[in-house]
Amino acid sequence: MTAPVAREKPASFQDLILRLQAYWAAQGCAILQPYDMEVGAGTLHPATVLRALGPKDWRAAYVQPSRRPADARYGENPNRLGHYYQFQVILKPNPADLQDLYLNSLYEIGIDPMVHDIRFVEDDWENPTVGAWGLGWEVWCDGMEVSQYTYFQQVGGLDVFPVSGELTYGLERLAMYVFGVDNVYNLPFNDPASQTPLSYGDVFLQNEIEQSALNFELADVEMLQTWFSGCEKQSKTLRDAGKPLPAYDYALKASHVFNLIDARGAISPTERQAFIARVRDLARGAAELWAKQEEERAA
Amino acid sequence: MAELLLELFSEEIPARMQAKAEADLRDALTKGLAEAGVEYGDVVALSGPRRLAVAISGLPEKSADVSEEKKGPKVDAPEKAIEGFLRGAGLTSIDQAQVRSDPKKGDFYVAIREIPGRPLEDIIAGLVPDIVRGFHWPKSMRWGRGELRWVRPLQRILCVFDGKTVEFEIDGLKSSNETEGHRVHGRGPFKVSSYAEYKETLQENGFVAIAREDRRLLIEDQAHMVCAQAGLELVEDKGLLEEVTGLAEWPVVILGEMDPAFLSLPPEVVQLSMRTHQKYFAVRNPETGELASNFVVVANIEASDGGKSIAEGNARVLSARLDDARFFWEQDKATPLEKMAEKLATIDFKKELGTIADKVERVAALARELAPKVGANSDLAERAARLAKADLVSGMVGEFPELQGVMGAYYALEQGLGNDVIPDAQRSGTQSSEDTGSRISSGELSGMTNLQAGLSEAGVRKIADAIGDHYKPQGPSDAVPTEPVAIAVALADKLDTLVGFWAIDEKPTGSKDPFALRRAALGVVRIILENEVRLKMLDELAVPRTIFVTRQHLRFETNPIDDLLSFFADRLKQYLRDQGARHDLIDAVFALGEDDLVLIVKRVEALAAFLETEDGANLLAGYKRAANILKAEEKKDGAAVEGNVDASLFAQDEERALHTAIETAVSRADAALAAEDFEAAMAALAELRGPVDAFFDSVTVNADDEKLRANRLRLLTSIRAALFRVADFSKIAG
Repeated sequence: MTAPVAREKPASFQDLILRLQAYWAAQGCAILQPYDMEVGAGTLHPATVLRALGPKDWRAAYVQPSRRPADARYGENPNRLGHYYQFQVILKPNPADLQDLYLNSLYEIGIDPMVHDIRFVEDDWENPTVGAWGLGWEVWCDGMEVSQYTYFQQVGGLDVFPVSGELTYGLERLAMYVFGVDNVYNLPFNDPASQTPLSYGDVFLQNEIEQSALNFELADVEMLQTWFSGCEKQSKTLRDAGKPLPAYDYALKASHVFNLIDARGAISPTERQAFIARVRDLARGAAELWAKQEEERAA
Repeated sequence: MAELLLELFSEEIPARMQAKAEADLRDALTKGLAEAGVEYGDVVALSGPRRLAVAISGLPEKSADVSEEKKGPKVDAPEKAIEGFLRGAGLTSIDQAQVRSDPKKGDFYVAIREIPGRPLEDIIAGLVPDIVRGFHWPKSMRWGRGELRWVRPLQRILCVFDGKTVEFEIDGLKSSNETEGHRVHGRGPFKVSSYAEYKETLQENGFVAIAREDRRLLIEDQAHMVCAQAGLELVEDKGLLEEVTGLAEWPVVILGEMDPAFLSLPPEVVQLSMRTHQKYFAVRNPETGELASNFVVVANIEASDGGKSIAEGNARVLSARLDDARFFWEQDKATPLEKMAEKLATIDFKKELGTIADKVERVAALARELAPKVGANSDLAERAARLAKADLVSGMVGEFPELQGVMGAYYALEQGLGNDVIPDAQRSGTQSSEDTGSRISSGELSGMTNLQAGLSEAGVRKIADAIGDHYKPQGPSDAVPTEPVAIAVALADKLDTLVGFWAIDEKPTGSKDPFALRRAALGVVRIILENEVRLKMLDELAVPRTIFVTRQHLRFETNPIDDLLSFFADRLKQYLRDQGARHDLIDAVFALGEDDLVLIVKRVEALAAFLETEDGANLLAGYKRAANILKAEEKKDGAAVEGNVDASLFAQDEERALHTAIETAVSRADAALAAEDFEAAMAALAELRGPVDAFFDSVTVNADDEKLRANRLRLLTSIRAALFRVADFSKIAG
């Protein structure tokens, strides 16, 4: 085997995304579009969390906008955002050379393995909300965490078989590294040499400012509490009717509504635990039902 | 003689698990060989980020032939028994069995089975898959469609015996004679036929330093070197060194540089941020001893640009981390500790024992009680206790829980040492104004608080020190607090915890001690002894108990104090044993029922010194003689010897002399004990040696006259009683 070689740097943030998409498409992944719901992490897309369950093979990759209301900073923090992108890859079952495939994807976006120090540092992933955990690493490039790499072991409280390999790239952080930029808003969104060069700030700064106001000042907690109950009720009805996919959607909705309430600091620690438990019941319930139905369909 | 080389090559193994796995694999392999009757020579075990390996030399080509004997029934046993024996031994006729004679049992059958030795390849091919399948990892996983469990996906199994591959397969993975090197520098694969070739190939072509010790030394040497070249000094960190040894196959040490502005943060914060988040070593200026604006990072690559990009990239990540830390630091400084303390009411300490705010109230009350006994100002102790836990809700401690206490001390100084602190000279002495020495000199006034109200600068410093030190000692090698206010708070915090957990019956059992109660009790023992704090433990434990009853409305089902006291006694014994004190002497003093720990230790020391002298050794011998006679006679009589010595019954001068000597020695010893002069008490009792020896030389205890005998036995019990003032001599060995 010869030493790997990196490509030239991408021209922009979107070029980086396009390269990852093209690369994973070449590995046989279905390139999906973002899920049309607010989620806190790309993993929560049903293409990952639900497809990891059941006996069928599956390969997909997609960009997922992630919303974390409490992380919003009115556009003032160069490293923290309330809305950002993750690039998500799931390969089920994981191929034996998944680590190589992953490293090649870094070379593909211009990270030169002869110059940069890339490490796999123990970090076991867990998401109690969907009853999921796996073993893996955070991947470091010169000390910076650029990806999360996980072999799922359980989802929805159930052992998975076959095992999926899951990769999450924090796109903004990765791009800041590739482009040597210290402030996320200065990232070139499109090609700086194009007719209308746009920075990340041109595209998202105003959104961060206004969404922060919603998250911390204007979110109507009373209304959100009602919404939460509504989502919970709908999710349960759907689950009882044997429809795990929309039941899962409403679990996601409930989860996001909870995140908004939480960002407003409107709940005590005890209440907080109770909310988390309610979301977990919905998500797990939908996941378990989906797994059961997938087994039946495969039989 | 042949050699076995086994390498299990996987994706990255967590650094913390490698050393144990290396030892486990070596043990499993040697144990398996030994059980198969194979003798072996030298064993080498190795481990790194992606592999475990064991090489064993001095192996035979096959295991030894074994002859196995199976005892059967007597030759005249019933037919049924003989048939059963044949079946069990796999024989077809009794002619195949031998007959043995036994002088007691008579003649009986023996079946002898000759088991020929097996080729080592076969033994290894059977053993290794069993070891791999049964291997214990702290956390293991499956991958793909496989059933095998390993710490991360297992990629290769290299198994070579006597130069040739040992063929086997585990869950679809075939053994081979190939290994793999560093991903970037020399991946291979490489074929190897011996351990020497394996090690050399990996080193020369594979860019893998396979031995842990080699990598550790390499990192240490390089780290010291890059620091020295820059005129700096490495801050050594054994735990971190061990960790980074498990993170790089080909360690390359790089000196990075950060923005010096971050040095305005507390050094503990900078160092912890480097260590926990980034696994960097801190670097200090050898002249000032202060942190330098550099760090040492261990990379896994010889970068083509000489490590420039790696140094820059790591510096950028560190800056982002320290930016976060600075945000917490500024935000926390602006929040008065009192304000933080209010939030403690929302956090449970332990469900049955209330919130942390409840604990703070109890500790404050207890610290107030303890203060005068340890030479501290009661008001200061109470105030310090009220603020001691406040930093638990600070942003920085949320990020770095290890900094609990440390941050509180910084915030107390920052907030308390404002411009309008009353200079000590202008105050009429509530406390001394000696400089207790603090970590940071003085800070700007950032947030007016009640903390400094009516306090001198020295008072604020004492409070800060008490906040910073009250969790100490955190382990056997950690220092104990020495400033009286800190002592009061540290003791109060630990005693509250111990009495509380005893009250709800959550004591440590066996190896389980989830609330670190042993550490807390040992901490109390050390604080008391190392500061010579004089406390009657029975009385002191009653105080927190009362506080629990009155403040927490906790009902004590049984009184836990006696049990807790013996828990302290066990910790004290452990402590003294660790200091080299004789186990039997500790027991001999403990039997007295003393509950002042400082006095217990003094007694043990005096006793040890006394027994070293000729008088001491002889007196002990005399005591043993008296005790043995008493034991034998009491057994004979079936009753304990009781009553006082009757001086009118003495028949010999030696009896009279001993009696007088005991009375004199006892009164002198008692006076010395009252003055806590244990040496003098021992010396007084040492005067008994002559009279005791003389008594045994010329007096027959077992006199025919029953009255004489009884009186002499009573005289012996009075020797025992006299000595019991300093120790229970029956517990002393020798």
